[in-house]
Amino acid sequence: MAEEVRQLKGTSLWRDAWKRLLKNRLSVIGLILLVFMIIAVTIGPFIILKTTGFTADYVPSQVDEGDLVNSFPPSFQHPMGTDEAGRDLLARVLQGGRISLLVGIISTIVSLIVGVSYGAIAGYFGGRIDNIMMRIVDVFYAIPYILIVIVLLSVFGGPNAPDFITALSERIGGAGNQGMSQIFLLFFALGLVSWLTMARVVRGQVLSLKNEEFVLAARASGVSTFGIIFRHLVPNVLGPVIVYATLTVPSVMLTEAFLSFLGLGVQAPYASWGSLAADGIKNISIFPWQLIFPSVTMALTLFSLNFLGDGLRDALDPQTRKF
Amino acid sequence: MLGFILRRLLIIIPMALLVVSVTWALIRIAPGSFYSNEKTLPPAIEANIKRKYGLDKPWYQQYFLMISNVVRGDFGDSLKYQGESVNDIIKRHLPYSATIGALAYLVALMVGLSAGIVASIRQNSGFDYGSMATAMLGLSVPNFVLGPILVLVFALGVYWLPPARWGGMSNLILPVLTLAAIYMAYIARLTRAGMLEVMRSDYIRTARAKGLSETSVLLRHGIRGGLIPVVSYTGPALAGLLAGTVVVEKVFAIPGLGNIFIQSVLNRDEPLTLGIVAFLSILIMVFNLIVDISYGILDPRIRYD
Amino acid sequence: MDKNGSILSVNDLKTYFQTEDGMVKAVDGISFKLEKGETLGIVGESGSGKSVTNLSVMRLIPEPPGKIVGGEIIFDGVDVRKLSIDEVRKIRGRRIAMIFQDPMTSLNPFLKISTQLMEVTRLHLGHTKEQAYQHAIKMLKTVGIPDPESRINNYPHEFSGGMRQRVMIAMALSCDPELLIADEPTTALDVTIQAQILELIKDLKARMGTSVILITHDLGVVAGMTEKIIVMYAGKVFEQARTKELFASPANPYTKGLLKSVPDPAHEQGKELYQIPGLPPDVAHLPVGCPFQERCYRVEDICRREFPPFVQINEGHHSLCHFAKEVYAESNATTLEEQI
Repeated sequence: MAEEVRQLKGTSLWRDAWKRLLKNRLSVIGLILLVFMIIAVTIGPFIILKTTGFTADYVPSQVDEGDLVNSFPPSFQHPMGTDEAGRDLLARVLQGGRISLLVGIISTIVSLIVGVSYGAIAGYFGGRIDNIMMRIVDVFYAIPYILIVIVLLSVFGGPNAPDFITALSERIGGAGNQGMSQIFLLFFALGLVSWLTMARVVRGQVLSLKNEEFVLAARASGVSTFGIIFRHLVPNVLGPVIVYATLTVPSVMLTEAFLSFLGLGVQAPYASWGSLAADGIKNISIFPWQLIFPSVTMALTLFSLNFLGDGLRDALDPQTRKF
Repeated sequence: MLGFILRRLLIIIPMALLVVSVTWALIRIAPGSFYSNEKTLPPAIEANIKRKYGLDKPWYQQYFLMISNVVRGDFGDSLKYQGESVNDIIKRHLPYSATIGALAYLVALMVGLSAGIVASIRQNSGFDYGSMATAMLGLSVPNFVLGPILVLVFALGVYWLPPARWGGMSNLILPVLTLAAIYMAYIARLTRAGMLEVMRSDYIRTARAKGLSETSVLLRHGIRGGLIPVVSYTGPALAGLLAGTVVVEKVFAIPGLGNIFIQSVLNRDEPLTLGIVAFLSILIMVFNLIVDISYGILDPRIRYD
Repeated sequence: MDKNGSILSVNDLKTYFQTEDGMVKAVDGISFKLEKGETLGIVGESGSGKSVTNLSVMRLIPEPPGKIVGGEIIFDGVDVRKLSIDEVRKIRGRRIAMIFQDPMTSLNPFLKISTQLMEVTRLHLGHTKEQAYQHAIKMLKTVGIPDPESRINNYPHEFSGGMRQRVMIAMALSCDPELLIADEPTTALDVTIQAQILELIKDLKARMGTSVILITHDLGVVAGMTEKIIVMYAGKVFEQARTKELFASPANPYTKGLLKSVPDPAHEQGKELYQIPGLPPDVAHLPVGCPFQERCYRVEDICRREFPPFVQINEGHHSLCHFAKEVYAESNATTLEEQI
C-alpha cells in the first residue's frame, strides 16, 4: 500500500515537472549544451586521436627544444591553436573538460551522499538527535572553509598525499600518479564544502514530510526505520536535492578553478579548464587564445548548468504557478 | 535577544581556538616543514633550528604552548619575515583587503538590489532578460579570468584605468569590480526571485485593496519580505569574499592579507598561518552574528531566546 | 446611488484567465444587484468563481494572466471598468473595502498593525499621524479588541486567528466605506469564533449602514446574515433569490444539494450526512451542456446536450436549469429528503 502511494505520488510529480521543464526554453538549451559538452569531453579526445593523432600531451615533431614560440593561433590543423609547449589546445581543452566535469560531479555526489544522509537522519529522528546534529552543522558553518581547504590541499598535496588516497588513485590511475591522487584529494576536499547546506535543506524537507500519511502508512506496514528514511522519505525529498545538486556543480567547478589558479588544484600531467585558464593568463596579451578557449568553454558549461538548475527549480516547485 | 547575543559572542573564542587547533594539527601532521622545503639540512643545523623553535619538545607540550599563547592573542613572530610579529603583519596588510572587500560588497548590494527589484517589477521585459542573462554571465566566469580581461580591455586596451597596484581611487575600480561581479549577479537573482514571490502574497493583495499606489505597495510592504533572502545570503557571501580577495590581490598585485595568507601557507609559516586563520574566523563569526541580528530585526516573527 | 437605489450593479461580468491548461472562464456572465444597506450572499464551492467576482469589482485581478473581458460594474452610478487606475485606487479602501479569507497571510507580518491601520486613513482621509493613531485605536475598540492602546503596537503574529480577523475588519471599516466585501471571512476560523465574527459584521453593518457582500461556501453562514443570495457554479449564477425564498423553495438541483449538505441535527440523527456526489468541474475543460450534469440527481438527456436556460421564477428569483419550474414546484410540495 505504501509502495503504491509513493509510486502514485512519484510518477505524476516527475512527469509534470519534466513537461514543465521542457517548456522553459533556456533550460532546454542548457540541457542540450550540457549533454553536448559531456559527449564532447568523453569521446572527443578519442576522435581527435583517431583522426589527427593529437593527444593532450602530444607535441608536434616540428617543435624544437630551442624554439622561442611554440604557441600558434587557431588554424585548420589546430582549431583552438596551440599552447606554450606546442600542444594542440583543443585536445587539452577537451581533456581538461573531462577533469573539470569529473571533479564537479563527483565532489557534488560526495557532498550529496554525506549531506542527504546526515539531513535525513537528523530530520527523521528529530528531538535531541536533531538538535545535536544541527548544532554541529552550525558550528561547521562558522568555520572559514576556504582557508582550511587551502591549508589542506597545500599541505597534503602532491608528494604529501596521505596513504589511503595514494592507494586509491594507484588502483585507478596506475602507480606513482601524483596528479591522480591530487584529484582524489580534490573530490574529498571540495565535497566537504557543500554538504552543509544540503544537509540543512534535506532536514527541513524531512521534518515537514515525516508527519504525512504515507510515512504513517509505511510504519503501519512494518517498514524498518532505515527503510522509511531511505526508501520513502528520501525519494520524496529528491526534488530540492536535485535542484541544489545541479547548482552545486558549477559552484564546485568554480572553486576548483580558483584552487588551480593558486596552484593547489589539478596538477600536471592533468589539466582542468581552471588550470588551463590560469596558465593562459600569463600570456593574455600575446597569445590570448590560450586563455579565451578554456574560459569560454568553461563559461558555456557553467551557463548551461545554471540555466538547467534554474529550470529544474521552477519545474519542481509547484508554487511557481502563474497565478 | 540579549541572551542570544551574549551566548553567540561567548562561543566565538572557543570556536576560533578550535579552528586554530585543527589548522595546527593539519600543518603538523603533514610531512615537510618550513625550514626544509626542498633540500634536507645537515642534522646538526636541523637540531639547532628545532631547539630554537621548541620543535624538539613532545607534541602535546607544543600544542599547549601554542594554545596558551594564542588565547592571550600572542601569535609570536613570523618565521618567514624575521623579527616581525604576526599581529603587526596582519595589522599592516589588513586595510588593503578590508577596503576592497567592503567596497566590493557595497557595490554588489547597490547594483544587485536595484537590478533585482527593477527586473521583478518589469518581469519578462527586455531589462529583465538582459539583466538576468548578464547575471548568469557573472556567475559563470571565474574571477581570475574576469580580472585580466578587464585589465586587458580597460587598462591596456583603452588606457582608462591603471592595471594594477595600489594607489588612488582609480586603482580601486578594477579590483573592486572583479571581486564584486559574482556577488552582484547572485544578489540580483536572489532579489528578483524574492520580490516576485513576495509580491504574490496575500498581504500585498490586501495593501492594493486598501488603495495604496504601486510604489507604496512595493516600497513599504514588499521590500521587507523581499530583502530577507539577501540578508541571509550575506553570511555565505562573506566566506566567498575571502577567497575572492585572494585572487584579486594576486591578479592586481595588491599587498593584502589574502596574498600574505597564501604565502604563509606555502612557506609553512605556522605562526602567521595560525594568526590569520584565527583572525579571519573571528571576523566571519562576528559578521554572521550581525547578519543573524539583522534578520531578527527585519522579521518580527523571529524570536531569539 | 443609481436607479432603484442600487449601490452596486454587476451586468454580465466576464473575467477570464490565461493558464497553462488553457483559457479559464472563471466568471462567465454574472449579473446581480446590491441595494443600499443590503447584505448579499454569494455561495459556491471552490472554483465557482465567487472570489474572482469580488476581486473583479475592485479591479484587483492580476493582469497577466487574468483580464476582465466583458460586462459592467456600476458602483454608485459609475462604471468601475471605465475608470483610470488612479481613480479606482481612490475607491479602494475608501468606498469599497475588502476582507479576505486568511487573516494570517492577509496582514503584513513585518509591520505593526498600527502602521497597517493608520496608512488607510492617512491616505484616504488625510489624517495626521496622531489623528490616524487615535482613529485606529477607536476602530480596534469597535471591533472588540481588548486593551487596544497597547495591542495596537503588536505584530500580526501576536494575535490569535479570530483577533486578526477583527483587525482586518477594523482596517476595512476605517474609512466608513459604503460597501464591504467579505471573502470567506470565517472559513479559516474555529466554529465558535466564526459566530462571533459574523455577529460583529452584522452589528457593524447595522450601526454604520454599510452594504455587504458576503462570500462563502457554507449555506449555514448566509442563512442568518443575508437578505439575498446568489448561488454560483462554474462561473455562472445558477440561482438567485431572496434568502427566505431560497431556503424554503429552491428552484435548482444544485441549490437543493447544497441545502441538503447543511447538517441539521434535528432531522438527521443517525443518518448519513449528505454530500453532493462528485467534485467541482475543471473550469478549463467544461463539458457540453450543463456544467452540473455529472453530479445532478435529476439529470436528463437534454442536460448533456444543451446549456440550461435562464428561467425567471418570480420577482427576484431566477434559476439556470432546464427543469427550474419543476424543481421549484417540488420544493413547495415536499421536504428535501423526499426529493433527493
